[in-house]
Amino acid sequence: MMRTVALLPTVGMVGAIVITATAGDILTASAMRQIGDLDVIRNQRGLSGAALSIITNGRFGLGVLFLALSFFSLLYGLNHRDLSLIGPAATSLTFVSNAVAARIFLRENVDHRRWAAALFVCIGVALLAF
Amino acid sequence: MTLRRYLILALVTLTAALGDTCLARGMKAFPPVSLSHPQALIHAIVSPWILAGIVLLTGFFASYLTALSFADLTYVLPATSMGYVIMTILARFWLHEHVSPGRWLGLLFITAGVGFVARGPSYTETDSVLPVLRPELEEVVS
Repeated sequence: MMRTVALLPTVGMVGAIVITATAGDILTASAMRQIGDLDVIRNQRGLSGAALSIITNGRFGLGVLFLALSFFSLLYGLNHRDLSLIGPAATSLTFVSNAVAARIFLRENVDHRRWAAALFVCIGVALLAF
Repeated sequence: MTLRRYLILALVTLTAALGDTCLARGMKAFPPVSLSHPQALIHAIVSPWILAGIVLLTGFFASYLTALSFADLTYVLPATSMGYVIMTILARFWLHEHVSPGRWLGLLFITAGVGFVARGPSYTETDSVLPVLRPELEEVVS
C-alpha cells in the first residue's frame, strides 16, 4: 500500500513531463510543416525572413510554451525524485508517445521501421540509467 | 534526402551532444546549487564552458527546426538520438566518467533504432500543406 502511494506521484510527475513534451514536439513539428522548407524560405527572403516566419507562427509559440512547461515539470520532478529515475523514464516514454501522437495528429506514416526505431531508442535510453 | 539534409541532421546530433557535455563540464566546476538559492546559477552563465554550451544548444534548436521543415518528427527524433551515443563516448573519454555495461548495452539499442529509421523514407506526403493538425485542434490553436 505504501509503495502504491509513493508510486502515484512519481507516475504523475513523469506523466506531466511526457504529455507536455509531446504536445510541444507535435506543435513545433506541425508549425515547421506549415511554414515549409526553411532552405527555400531563406533563399527567397533571407535569414531574417526565415526567422520571422518562425517566430510569428502561432503553433510555434504554443509549442515553445509547452516545451517550457515540460522543462519546468522536469525541474519539479528533479526536485522530488532522482535524476536517474525521472530523466530516462521521461525521455524514453516521450519517444513512444511522440510516435503515437505523430501518427494521430500529424498523420505521419509511422510504419514498422519507425515503431521499431522508437521502441529500440526507448529501451536504449532507459538502459542509460543503469 | 540530399547530402545537405544529412549534414543538418548530423548538426542536430553533434550540437546537442557537445552542448550538453559543455554544460556538464562547466557545472562540474561549481559547488552544488540549491533550489532555494537559484541565483547562484547566474554566476555559472559567465563560465566559458556554460557560454559555449548555450551557443551550441542554440545552434541545436535552429538546426532541429530546419530538420523538422523537411522531415517527419518520427524520423528526426530517432535519427538524431545518436547524440546519446556521442554524449556517452564524450563523457567516458573526455570527462572520464564511469560508463557501466548496462549503458553500453543501451547505446547498442539506440544505434539499432537509428539503423531502422535511417533505411526508411524521411517525409510523409500529405494531401494539403496547411491542415496538418486535425480540424478540431486547428480551431484551438488558431
